[in-house]
Amino acid sequence: MSVEVSQTSTQGEPALRITPEILKRHGMTGEEFERLQKILGRDPSWTELGITSALWSEHCSYKSSKIYLREFPTTGPHVVQGPGENAGIVDIGHGWVAAFKMESHNHPSFIEPYQGSMTGVGGILRDIFTMGARPIACMDALRFGEIDAPRMRFLIDGVVRGIGDYGNCVGIPTIGGETGFHRCYNGNILVNAFALGIARHDKIFHARASGAGNPVLYAGSRTGRDGIHGATMASESFDAGSEKKRPTVQVGDPFTEKILLEACLEAMRTGAIVAIQDMGAAGLTSSSFEMAGRGGTGLRLDLDQVPLREPGLTPYEMMLSESQERMVLVAKKGREEELIKVFRRWGLEVAPIGEITDTGRAVLTWHGDTVADIPIQPLTEEAPVYRRPVAEPSDLAARWQAPEVPAPEDLCGTLEKLLGTPEFASKSWIWTQYDYSVRTNTVQGPGGDAAVLLLKGTPAGIAMTSDVNPVYCYLDPRRGGMQAVAEAVRNLACAGAEPVGLTDCLNFGNPENPEISWQFREVVRGMSEACTALGVPVISGNVSFYNETEGQSIYPTPTVGMVGVVPNVANLPDPNFTRAGDRIVLLGRGGSEFGGAAYLRLLHDIEQGRPPAVDLDAELRLARLLRELIAKSLVRTAHDLSEGGFLISLAECCLGRGMGATVTAPYEGADLFSETQARALVACAPIVVERVLAAAEEAGVPAVDLGETGGGELVVRSGSDILRAPVATLHEIWSTALPKALGL
Amino acid sequence: MKCGVVVFPGSNCDHDVYHVLKHVLEQDATFLWHQDESLKGCELIVLPGGFSYGDYLRAGALAALSPVMAAVKRHAEAGGLVLGICNGFQVLLEAGLLPGAMRRNASLRFQCKDVFLKTERTGLPFTRKLREGQVLRLPIAHAEGNYEDFPEALDRLEAERRVVFRYCTEDGDVTAAANPNGAARNIAGICNAAGNVLGLMPHPERCSESVLGNTDGLALLAGAVEVARGVLAAAGERR
Repeated sequence: MSVEVSQTSTQGEPALRITPEILKRHGMTGEEFERLQKILGRDPSWTELGITSALWSEHCSYKSSKIYLREFPTTGPHVVQGPGENAGIVDIGHGWVAAFKMESHNHPSFIEPYQGSMTGVGGILRDIFTMGARPIACMDALRFGEIDAPRMRFLIDGVVRGIGDYGNCVGIPTIGGETGFHRCYNGNILVNAFALGIARHDKIFHARASGAGNPVLYAGSRTGRDGIHGATMASESFDAGSEKKRPTVQVGDPFTEKILLEACLEAMRTGAIVAIQDMGAAGLTSSSFEMAGRGGTGLRLDLDQVPLREPGLTPYEMMLSESQERMVLVAKKGREEELIKVFRRWGLEVAPIGEITDTGRAVLTWHGDTVADIPIQPLTEEAPVYRRPVAEPSDLAARWQAPEVPAPEDLCGTLEKLLGTPEFASKSWIWTQYDYSVRTNTVQGPGGDAAVLLLKGTPAGIAMTSDVNPVYCYLDPRRGGMQAVAEAVRNLACAGAEPVGLTDCLNFGNPENPEISWQFREVVRGMSEACTALGVPVISGNVSFYNETEGQSIYPTPTVGMVGVVPNVANLPDPNFTRAGDRIVLLGRGGSEFGGAAYLRLLHDIEQGRPPAVDLDAELRLARLLRELIAKSLVRTAHDLSEGGFLISLAECCLGRGMGATVTAPYEGADLFSETQARALVACAPIVVERVLAAAEEAGVPAVDLGETGGGELVVRSGSDILRAPVATLHEIWSTALPKALGL
Repeated sequence: MKCGVVVFPGSNCDHDVYHVLKHVLEQDATFLWHQDESLKGCELIVLPGGFSYGDYLRAGALAALSPVMAAVKRHAEAGGLVLGICNGFQVLLEAGLLPGAMRRNASLRFQCKDVFLKTERTGLPFTRKLREGQVLRLPIAHAEGNYEDFPEALDRLEAERRVVFRYCTEDGDVTAAANPNGAARNIAGICNAAGNVLGLMPHPERCSESVLGNTDGLALLAGAVEVARGVLAAAGERR
């Protein structure tokens, strides 16, 4: 490796020798350094090295995932903006578009949960309003370790407080998400934040610089020393020294975010903005380089003009700081004063810091010296791309060995035990700490299959859900990837929504491990297959690698965030039973599938077998049927069967509103907990049950009338067994289990 | 008659109140900026929920010192209607327009959920469309709604019948279990001596449309609007 060089080649900075240690600290390989030397035709300056290391970090460059992500279907009739911008955009009708994206903040949240999750929410919100869309909803997909694992209660408390304090203050409702617990996250929790915003069709903004001579403005918080090398930190595994990385975690200020949000939306209305991008990972570096890279322009920045929190920041620190709540704008030349006026009115820092050029180079000056002079497109477009070695795990055959499935000894006891696990317990302790009703659009809040927001001024709604089963993904990544997409479609269908797009957060271990790269490839293939079959384009997303501690990797966790359109919210069914005397109808074919099933995992500590098969045709038929039943106002309740199977879903329908049910189950014994896919429960008025059954037959979906709602008990006849449980008792177990487990 | 919704930096329920006034109640409504020194002829003033100035220092403390609040005080002293919701209630306390103070919720956590409120006093502009003892279901969303004052001040408040709403059960029983934040004597909303200034923690604007599944909050805003229209006519005569 030829890194034993050299003096810096631009002026103004102390000369330094670039050693392997320095490269390691920057997360760069010798080959990558050589590539940089070749692009520059010389050795880089200290600032140039810092900039390149950030742009080429896994977090910013997607260098290990790019080749697989190309397999995703990204186009469709609703897609307005696919991957590559700050957020994807879909057409949701009535002249409106929705911009949405999901992003991980796993590493910072594990080091410092409160600030880590706060800035996760802040970052994803900026990605949305950068596109000209007003954020109207957040969701969070959280994966924690076992509650008794070291630091876990502290992590859970910090993450939940952080998400709440940020979203609540900015005034964006947090209306859904999911929370799971598994020992694979003991040393590496996952915090995946989703946000969605809406804009009029013709009012979208892009982060594509253009027009030589147009001024570059900086707006928002001042730049400090927080978060330097955050992107590089997020591209490394954890070890015992990770505690020392706390200074790489950024600090969030939701009040400034709220002001910045309002100021940016107001500034956009002036018509004086050419391009706009937030400063996220790798701060000023990625925002300015990406904007110029997309537009094919050059850029001149005068770093003396960057508003600083404290004097004495070096160019290197300014370019790599991840101080939060900052934006970069390209203004129309001569109209910058209009923008400056808006930001000043909101009491925000704003400063012209440079201009767009046509040289294709980024030239950074500071104290009269040139501290960086880099060709932009080679750096952004010719970033390293790796096809990492892949290897199927050697124990795959053993993992797929069909597990022994013990029959439940006592149905009622088994149900109670499952409802009392953190996995199945009510998560209301978490979501009541989030404001889910601000903005007065929330028609279906947290706790249902999909959350639904009213699209004001129209009869329509926007539905959203987040789904993944990491155990399935561990046992069979391809099936797991398919299942996550299929379940999201099913959840949307339970709200009567037609899916219009998908965003994802692909959380994996170290891609340099061939088994992890194999997992990644398989998951992406499974997801792609399901997306193609179910007609859902991938419009944005994020990859988070290196989720491992001391060599212990998390399970592959491709969180799927899916958005759909509800034609008329007036027909929206409830996820719970609402009225006594309704008929309960089970849709879909049953089975005996226990690979990765919660019944085995939570009660018998067995994680084995191939996860349930995903029949995409059956999923499609079921989703169409559900949408039809809902559009015709035939059903009052709709809830899908997923983790835990039939009995859990049935119990959940009773728990929400304390309404009992009396049914004859079509399954016996352990099959009551089988996780066979493509099934859902609906409840309807007795007078329409024949129409529901006929519609199901027409749609090619098996359907059976199980019994009726009502009373204070859940009564299930199953073969020779009878389960009889007061709903109040089940509710007590289910609603108190999580706070109890947390020791509250 | 014009309704004014005050916008502090950090207000986040301003659009929600504006929407109900403008589109549900079909009134002339406008936003008032925190630096405005006049209320631009507005008769009904709403201080909305949110985190004014980030709620730095104390909830509502900085907002109470903003230029617009000087105008709001003059308006209130002249008998004009002022409604403070959630953060707006906190601002009214900090501005001295209503007595008492807010502490953090007893749980020390932000709480977002529906609560039940017992109407303790009718006949106010805000409660004229409600019945004595009527139970309303309204959402709360706050971290600092734990109302407190000296016992003798609370006694006085009660004696003057200025406790307008109390947290209660669905059946109207005022119990400790029905109190979501630890507020003294389950107090959810109070008014000033003249009855033209009301502050409450729950959000009537979030339950004023049937599409959202609950319209219990509409009567409160509708009552104030009706009275404000009358006040305008009376003021016109005086001039």
